[in-house]
This record gives sequence, structure tokens and C-alpha cells, in this order.
Amino acid sequence: MALIDLANPTRFLNFAERVLPWLVAATLFAFAIGLEQALFVAPDDYQQGATVKIMFLHVPCAWLGMFCWGLMTVAALGTLVWRHPLADVAAKAAAPIGAAFTFLCLFTGSMWGRPMWGTYWQWDARLTSVLVLFIMYLGLIALWRSVEDPGRAGRAAAVLTLVGAVNLPIIKFSVDWWNTLHQPASVFRIGGPTIDKSILVPLFAMAIAFTLLFLTLHLAAMRNEILRRRVRSMQMLRVFADEDMRQIESRA
Amino acid sequence: MRGGREVFEGVNFTVAGGEALAVTGRNGAGKTTLLRLIAGLLEPAQGRLELTGGAADATLPEQAHYLGHRDALKPALSVQENLAFWHAFFGGHDASAAGALETVGLADLAGLPAAYLSAGQRRRLAIARLIAAPRPIWLLDEPTAALDTAGQGRLVELMRAHLDHGGLIVAATHGPLGLGGVKELRLGDPVPPAATGGGEKSAP
Amino acid sequence: MTALWAILLRDMRIAVRIGGGALMGVLFFLAVVTLIPFAIGPDQALLRKIGPAILWLGALLASLLGLDRLFAADHEDGSLDLILMGAASLELTVAAKGLAHWITTGLPLVLAVPVLGLLLDLDPLAIGAVALTLLAGTPALTFIGMIGAALAVALRRGGLLLPVLVLPLTVPVLIFGVSAAETAVIGPLMFGTPFLILCALTLMSLVIGPFAAAATLRQGLD
Repeated sequence: MALIDLANPTRFLNFAERVLPWLVAATLFAFAIGLEQALFVAPDDYQQGATVKIMFLHVPCAWLGMFCWGLMTVAALGTLVWRHPLADVAAKAAAPIGAAFTFLCLFTGSMWGRPMWGTYWQWDARLTSVLVLFIMYLGLIALWRSVEDPGRAGRAAAVLTLVGAVNLPIIKFSVDWWNTLHQPASVFRIGGPTIDKSILVPLFAMAIAFTLLFLTLHLAAMRNEILRRRVRSMQMLRVFADEDMRQIESRA
Repeated sequence: MRGGREVFEGVNFTVAGGEALAVTGRNGAGKTTLLRLIAGLLEPAQGRLELTGGAADATLPEQAHYLGHRDALKPALSVQENLAFWHAFFGGHDASAAGALETVGLADLAGLPAAYLSAGQRRRLAIARLIAAPRPIWLLDEPTAALDTAGQGRLVELMRAHLDHGGLIVAATHGPLGLGGVKELRLGDPVPPAATGGGEKSAP
Repeated sequence: MTALWAILLRDMRIAVRIGGGALMGVLFFLAVVTLIPFAIGPDQALLRKIGPAILWLGALLASLLGLDRLFAADHEDGSLDLILMGAASLELTVAAKGLAHWITTGLPLVLAVPVLGLLLDLDPLAIGAVALTLLAGTPALTFIGMIGAALAVALRRGGLLLPVLVLPLTVPVLIFGVSAAETAVIGPLMFGTPFLILCALTLMSLVIGPFAAAATLRQGLD
């Protein structure tokens, strides 16, 4: 079955129903391996102790937060350029998931940094960039919710997503610059300057697990959005039908 | 006065309980302005409005329903929620909200978002407001606009029932109301010099 | 009474359903608090020192959001005409709308203070003080703001008119709010005076706001 066939919502729903159980199983399996690697195989940090293992949550979440915006950017092009019917469904479903992962990244970063910094937050370059990304996600979700018609909302959100995609590197660069401006010495690099192989493998495993989690959630969310739109269409049809019936009756 | 411009002058009329007044005239003659004056939404530059009878402690606007060009519907709320709000706001009796929806034929759509309604359905929902919370005076601005034949017929029935109960109707309209026995006030025509500005209404 | 209850519930329902409502105000609050360190640098000590002020400013600006829609939405769809013809007093009706706005916009800002306080590295006492002063002060912001909202509808002007009109009126609330929040850290004896004045300002605004807004709305519609 070619990808183009999935453009039909009904076909997509069938596809989702078939694939979801497998995805859930794969996600659970990947997490089992990933957690085992992270908790038992990876060594403690000589300085931070076991708390360094929060990194195995924090880094994949950061990666997914950015990956999600990339996915939404592709979806945005799908809506605006190729007019793919399910592109805006994919975009709308992805936004809250991306926001959640970004928030988790901030939260785990805060928890991780607390023992080291003594505070829950530090305005360092990386965390701050992720905070800005989080605010952009929330803005995008607000935009989705503010327009009733899904088609119009989709196009508006697509434009904002593309603008965001172009701006994110610029924001990252300027935040880095702002940070060096005020803190010339490199204070604290989460994750350390080099990554040893004993950490790399568990990290990779967790990254795969989280990505599978994202795909599972995204697929389920897309299915829900399609169903939601169906309910909306049915409601509108009921309203139109009432009007049609009255027209027919008044002429009878 | 509207926007500093005098809209009409020398308007004189009396309407009694059980009577209907049709306000006619070309566009811009001031039909809407007159209705809004009676509704208390505008102050007359000159002249007065007098209400005899009716509830002693309520002003004229508090005893009137105004059906304007806009339907006062919130798209975010359902059909039922919209009507229930006005019913509670204007102090209707318990059962009348659901009954009103039935009467205008929107009971089937009660739970659906008001955003999806057509112009005619919105008009019918606005009319439901009039019967969900009874008030003696009805001020209607082109009430049959956007309604199909069946809807217009239904509205005429409702107006007839209102008049039979002693209510009063002042309606701005382009064509005939279909009620029969309706007084007419034509705006925009030259006024005989003896007439003075003013209007009177009496309600039971 | 039923009429006032009806309008309170309706406004709250609408605010929650469309476009996020409560979340928009909090999001704006978050955005403002994030912008300040970009402007003045990530100096933790400085941020901690002016933290209460940043939070108060952010809450004030976020409160003004959605105030222009307070009467404008009803005016556009013709609901305001009918509200003016209601049996309930217009002042109370307007106050009910203000209360709905505070519950759906102001109160969430207060609830967001603990999280945003963490971003600025405030200690728990300071966070509590800011939250308490905002709880006492945000109703004043809403009820003073509604005067501007009524003026904007009556004069048919949108845009920045409302903030320009309302911001000077909110200066006393801001002064005593921040002062109370900051002195709470110094000691409870000093906290009482500005806090009580803040409460007094709020109580005054609960009366002045609806009366001024109602008078404006009666005049302005044509």
C-alpha cells in the first residue's frame, strides 16, 4: 500500500487500528530494554552520582521536542504546498505531544540541575532555548484552538509553524550569544563535554524508546482528530438536514 | 439624531394592548432608530414616550423584547445553552425554555453548536427568546427577514397569539406583516404642521 | 439573582471554550517573564531581587488581555442591547461579567505564580507574598480595566486605546502590590500597611468599576 493511499481518512483509520497495537508493544519493549540499560548498565557519574541518569530522560525529550517541530514543519509544507488531506491532522495531533515532551525536558532539566545549582532554574543557553520553544508550542496550540474551522486553522498554524522553523535556529543562536555575553566562563554543561560509549548505548536505546512512544501517541492522536472531525461534520449535517426538511415541507 | 443627523421628526403614534403597529418607510427613514428609541437604547432629542398601564415598578425597556438585526447568539454555546441563558436572564418560567424550542422547531438541534446554524435557524432561535420569557411589548425589526415561508407563517401565529393575550407589537417592516388589522406608521413622509413629536403606548 | 448567575456562568463557559481563555493569559504571563531576563541578562541575584516586580508587571499586562473583549463581543452580536433591557441592574450585571473575567483570567495568573517564581529563583516566602498580593490585586485590575473596556465599546475604538486609558489607573495597585510583596520578605510588620491599602483599592474598584462602566455603556450606544 503506497503512502498516498493513506491520504484517505478512512483508509488511514483502518491502518491506524491495525498498526497501533504493534506500536504499543514495540514501545513497551523498547522502554524495557532502554530502562534496563540506563539504570543498570550505565555507570554513575563520579561527581553527580546516580542523578546523572536523569539525562536518559532529559536528552531524549529534548531531541523529541525538536524532532516534533520538524515533523510539524513537514506537515505544514504538506498543507500549504502539496495540499495533502491529512497533513493538518498530523500537525494538529503533533503539537500537544511535542509540547509535552518539551515540558518534560524542562522539568527533568530542572530536577537534574537542582542538586548542582541549588536552584530549580538556571538561565543557561540550552534550557532557555527550550523554554522559548515551549512557549512557541503553547502559542501554536492556542492558535489551533482559536479558529473553529479545521481547514482555516490548519493553514494558519502551518504558516506559524514554518515561521517558527525558520526562527528556531536564529533564536538558538541569539540565546547562545546572550548567554556568553553574560557568562563568559562555561559554567555547567549538562551531559559533559564528551560522551563515553557506556553512556552512549543506553542513551541511544532510550532515544529509540521515546521515539516509538512519540509515534504511538501521534498515531493515536491523529486517529482521534479524524474522529473528532467526523463528529463535527455529522453535527453540521444534522443542522443542514433540518433546514432542508423544512424547505421540503413548506413546499409540500 | 443618528451620528449628529436628525433622523426623523414629528412622529406621533399610539398603540394599545392587543394592537400591532407596522412601521414602514424606505431604507434609512429611521425605522430601526424608532424601535431602538422605544427600547430605551437611544435618547430622543425631543419628544417623549409614555407608557400607561403595565407593571408599575418596571420601565418600558424592562417590559419589552427587542428583536434586532443581530441575533444575540454566542457561537461557542449550543442552541439550548443560548436560549437557556436568555430565559434565565429575562426571568422566564421553568418550562418555557424547552417549550420555546419546540415551538420554533429547533428542539432536534438543541445540543448542537449555535455556530453551525443557518441564517433562518438563527432567526428562529432569536424568536424563541421572545416566547421563552414573556414580556408584553414586542419590538421587532424586520422579523420576517431570513425566514422561509413556513417560518414566516409560524411567526405570524406567534404574533397573533401574543396580541390575543393583550400584548403589543411594534414592527419595522418592508412588506405586509400578514396579521390583518394592523395600524401603519409611515416614516419619511411629510408631516402636517399641526402634529407635535411624541408617542404613546398603553399596555394592560 | 438568577439573571446575574446566568450571565456569570455564561461568560465563564464562553471563556473556557473558545481559544483557550485562561491559558492565553497564563501563556502571556510566561512569555513576559521569559522576556525580561533576555533584556537584562541572566543575573540570578538581580532577577531574584526584582522578581516580585517582574511577576506583578507580567500579571498586570496579562490581565489587560481579553478585557477589550469584555463588552466588545456582546456589542457586536447584539447581546449588549438586550442586556441593557434586562430587569437586573446594569451595574450588577457588569460586575458579574467582571467577576467572570477575573475567575477565568486573573485567578489562573495567581495560580501560575509558583511556577514562574521558580524561574526567577524566588524563595517560597517571596512566592507566597507575590501570590497573595496578586490574589488581592488582580480583581482591582479587572474592575478598573472594565471602565476602559466600556469606553472602548462606546467610542468604537479598539487597539491600544484601552491599555492607554487603563494603565495609569492601575498605577496605585501596582505600587502597593509590589511594595507589599517585597516587604513581606523583610518582615510581616511592614507587610500589613501596603497590603491593606491594596485591599482597599480593590474594594473601591469593585464599586467604581461597575458604576463607571454601566454609565458609559448607557451613554454610548446608538
